[in-house]
Amino acid sequence: MTVAYFAVLAALTFAAYAVAVRRSSAIAVAGPVRLHSLPAYHGLLAASVVLVPMLLIYLIGSQLVTTLATSNALSQFPADVQSDVMKSGSALRDVRNLAAGQHSGDASPVLTSAAATYSAWLERGTYAIYGAGILAAFLGLAMSLASIKPSFRARTHFESVVNIVLMACAGVAILTTIGIVASVFTETMRFFFDPAIKGRPGVLEFLFGTEWNPQQAMRADQGDIKSAYGFIPLLTGTLLITFIAICVAGPLGLLSAIYLAEYATPKMRKYAKPVLEILAGIPTVVLGFFAALTVAPLVRGAGASIGLDVASESALAAGLVMGMMIIPFISSLSDDVINAVPQSLRDGAFALGATKSETIKQVVLPAALPGIVSAFMLAISRAIGETMIVVMAAGLAANLTINPLDAVTTITVQIKTILVGDQEFDSAKTLAAFALGFVLFFVTLILNFIAQRFVRKYREQYD
Amino acid sequence: MDMTVANRIEAERLAPVTTAAKPAKVTAKDVNVYYGEKHALKHVNVDIPDRGVMSFIGPSGCGKSTFLRCINRMNDTISSCKVTGLITIDNQDIYDPALDVVQLRARVGMVFQKPNPFPKSIYDNVAYGPRIHGLANNKSELDQIVTASLEKAGLWGEVKDRLQDSGTGLSGGQQQRLCIARAIAVNPEVILMDEPCSALDPIATAKIETLIDDLRSNYCIIIVTHSMQQAARVSQRTAFFHLGTLVEEGPTEQIFSMPHDQRTQDYITGRFG
Ligand SMILES: Nc1ncnc2c1ncn2[C@@H]1O[C@H](COP(=O)(O)OP(=O)(O)O)[C@@H](O)[C@H]1O
Ligand SMILES: [Mg+2]
Repeated sequence: MTVAYFAVLAALTFAAYAVAVRRSSAIAVAGPVRLHSLPAYHGLLAASVVLVPMLLIYLIGSQLVTTLATSNALSQFPADVQSDVMKSGSALRDVRNLAAGQHSGDASPVLTSAAATYSAWLERGTYAIYGAGILAAFLGLAMSLASIKPSFRARTHFESVVNIVLMACAGVAILTTIGIVASVFTETMRFFFDPAIKGRPGVLEFLFGTEWNPQQAMRADQGDIKSAYGFIPLLTGTLLITFIAICVAGPLGLLSAIYLAEYATPKMRKYAKPVLEILAGIPTVVLGFFAALTVAPLVRGAGASIGLDVASESALAAGLVMGMMIIPFISSLSDDVINAVPQSLRDGAFALGATKSETIKQVVLPAALPGIVSAFMLAISRAIGETMIVVMAAGLAANLTINPLDAVTTITVQIKTILVGDQEFDSAKTLAAFALGFVLFFVTLILNFIAQRFVRKYREQYD
Repeated sequence: MDMTVANRIEAERLAPVTTAAKPAKVTAKDVNVYYGEKHALKHVNVDIPDRGVMSFIGPSGCGKSTFLRCINRMNDTISSCKVTGLITIDNQDIYDPALDVVQLRARVGMVFQKPNPFPKSIYDNVAYGPRIHGLANNKSELDQIVTASLEKAGLWGEVKDRLQDSGTGLSGGQQQRLCIARAIAVNPEVILMDEPCSALDPIATAKIETLIDDLRSNYCIIIVTHSMQQAARVSQRTAFFHLGTLVEEGPTEQIFSMPHDQRTQDYITGRFG
């Protein structure tokens, strides 16, 4: 049915376009006055007047119908089911399964009648949507055909349609972001303030605690072991690995970008750049076992040979490989921004007797700085958000240390560890993942903010 | 035939006596430039006197910029470009492998068609050259150089209260004068200007022309221009280029009043170009 609706939608849209174009062309040829807008604009306007209402009615209508069907089905259950979130949720799941013919086992009479109500509402609602949609489409078509006159400003009207569509797309992106933040925020608030959650830490305990051990906390309400949700070891672990990664990728990435942009022959550049970019395409799982199986033993061996005791899973190994991973982000973006610096600036410096490296250091790089900083920021966000390499190479031990030779863990790794497997979503341990996510979001937000301030301060404008 | 001879005699009468007496600052002998296969400049011979302005005129693509860029070896930055022949400054071959091109460019300043101040402060723009060449021993010497250069470029009054503002925030004409100040700051002997006013409005152009006139007593200035009025106003000698050859060169009044060559005649009377 849905397919049929969309087929009708497509057909009507094309038809509207074709008819409107023909009508307006006919006027253009026969009429005494010139058309204000080209026939194609009349066509586009007619098509959008058909397409947009049909889509909107479908999207909004199906939401509405599902809600109506659900509440009507639910009203058939006893009051205690209706009031309990858990019970009503499972009842509704049963209703939907039964309505879809996938219910296993015997159905109670209440369930059967509720499912029947549900199906009936859904069916009626769906027909109503289709009817309304097609009606709206024909109305739109009729209106737009009636408005085809030489003086009708279809071009201007279509511009507003474009405007609205673009705005809606931007709106979806923004609303999604707000939604994600809001949901993480509410779960975080539950973690900190919901009295029903056992063993949850206080806000300060979480933010400044130096011990992280969610497994132990599971047992906290049984025994008198103190809960351990100290966030600091995760933060230091994350920052340590990110720092090592940037120490690797920053110089390597930036210098290779300078080489590619300023020194390499065009031919060299043509081959070297894609090869560098392949690095970015390697799945992080693969990099992870490269880190665990190749780099970590190497680091350990190198450490042993100079008398250092290196953990078998070390921050250094993970950081090195993560640095490799983010090199292309820095090199490729920096190469682009360096190339975007106008040649006239280089000429100006050369003409004053600057050497090539002086020109690059004093003129080209300062001019490209805002872009280079953004490249670094992107790379840092990638490093902070990276999970797989750290899981495999740096371990899970939440040590509070800045020694790169120790095992550490990161925020994302802990989120992943907490959420792997079956979880109840109202235990302190699970909710801790949301709190971690929220803090992570905050950390990257602050980093971005600092970077933007920096860019604004040091932006050197050129045209 | 008789006409040409008469022209020549007349020209010699008009030519300032001093021009001939001055030794040439820049000399080109049989200069050829190739961009890959393309022969862009053919057998150019010219003597450019010190302390004066010489203008290069000619239709677009005739090689004026190419020749100008030979004089400070900016063509070195174009990999396909090859220069043959001899160019000397003060009788020193500037394409001599022993010569340091960085030092040459400190002696031969250049101002470009589009103002290209660095995206730095006004002060740093002017101080850039002196800094890389170590012309100032301390901050106050550098301040002096910057002040003096901006004064010579006629920009001091307009920017003295905002030396730390970005050079790119100035108007087009001010930017171009900033570029001239930047070139002057390294104390060059020769200043090359490639259509320095083509991106400017008439008032800014007039300021630059006045400035060029002020500077000519101290520098050897070579200016490429599309405007024949401008060439007539600012230069003492003019060279006309056409299709990669230097057609004729002489005192500006003579080139504009009685050129020897028919092509020059056609160009200055607007019959082509
Ligand atoms: N970088 C370059 N590569 C190849 N050809 C060039 C280059 N620069 C200039 N040319 C060619 O050399 C000729 C002279 O150019 P140019 O000196 O810029 O002329 P003008 O300044 O007199 O307008 C033109 O035909 C131009 O196409
Ligand atoms: Mg030119």
